[in-house]
Amino acid sequence: MALISYVSLTFIPLLIGLILLYGTYKQVPTYESFVEGGKEGIKIAVSIIPFLVGMMVAISVFRASGALDAVTNLLRPLMNAIGVPPEIVPLLFIRPISGTAALGMTSDLIANYGPDSFIGRLASVLQGSTDTTFYVLTVYFGAVGIKKMGDALKVGLLADLVGIIISIIVVAVLFGTN
Amino acid sequence: MVNYIWVFMTIIGIVFALFNGTIEAVNKAVFDGAKEAVTLCIGLISVLVFWLGMMRIAEESGLLEKLTKLFRPLVKRLFPEVPPNHPAMGYILSNMISNMFGLGNAATPLGIKAMEELKKLNGGKNSASRSMITFLAINTASITIIPTTVIAIRMTYHSVSPTEIVVPTIITTILSAIGAVLIDRYFYYRRRKG
Repeated sequence: MALISYVSLTFIPLLIGLILLYGTYKQVPTYESFVEGGKEGIKIAVSIIPFLVGMMVAISVFRASGALDAVTNLLRPLMNAIGVPPEIVPLLFIRPISGTAALGMTSDLIANYGPDSFIGRLASVLQGSTDTTFYVLTVYFGAVGIKKMGDALKVGLLADLVGIIISIIVVAVLFGTN
Repeated sequence: MVNYIWVFMTIIGIVFALFNGTIEAVNKAVFDGAKEAVTLCIGLISVLVFWLGMMRIAEESGLLEKLTKLFRPLVKRLFPEVPPNHPAMGYILSNMISNMFGLGNAATPLGIKAMEELKKLNGGKNSASRSMITFLAINTASITIIPTTVIAIRMTYHSVSPTEIVVPTIITTILSAIGAVLIDRYFYYRRRKG
């Protein structure tokens, strides 16, 4: 556990060091390139505001009305039996459908249950480690005009399910379920 | 699909509130939710700017290209129907590397290019080829090394250790990619038999 934290902690600074040293070695104008690339970050952050506002308002309404509690209470016996916190269920459904919607839910879970709780960590790992199957399918197949998707959707969704199960196991094993 | 889910959550919330006597809380939630989302996006700016700046250096120095070469032998095995020097292979590799470093915006056009080339390889048919399904399976499992956005969110909500999820994410992502490839292979052999 201490080792995992240490590797997690040192990974990003080491990668930054490597990028900077290699860039200097290859005589890239590092600072100028950094600034140019960074501008794109502002654009992205601003462009996702409407997505997040829409989704987080819907989630807040759903939560504040008490409907979310009703649903999670309904699911609690089943989910507890398989060791999954019922609070995470809405995220599981939305993750393959919309990336920004899932981002909104992940943020909401982390805000409400804390980033260092089981739910918070599980949401973090889930958000980081699977992609939106429907988005990838529609964008990639749509762009090149593939009409018959064959097994693609089945394969994608099954892969998502496997990813979810693995996330739960990995987080439970590494951090425990508190 | 997301349209229906979005409307469903909001409407159910409102109807539930009417019967549950929580309409006042719902009123407040509308504005709190919107405010929370904007605050979150502002918090994301710092990490996104820094990381995309770093990735620009990695791109211009040829570091990303080097990584692409490193992964070529492995990826060749995943796509037995794509000739190793075909442009499709190059696009597939660049797409995977971009996804790995959280460059979703760079990954999408590369992925579309890869699809175009795969379609050419498939004789321009409008049905999905074996390689296309494999490519999608790997893509939806999305191999990630740095979950930048998640780290930013964890920082915003005062995590004791925002980056502690890096290793678990890498482990999960690799295992689920392996799972995706196995599922893909299973369906491929089933198709061939049937």
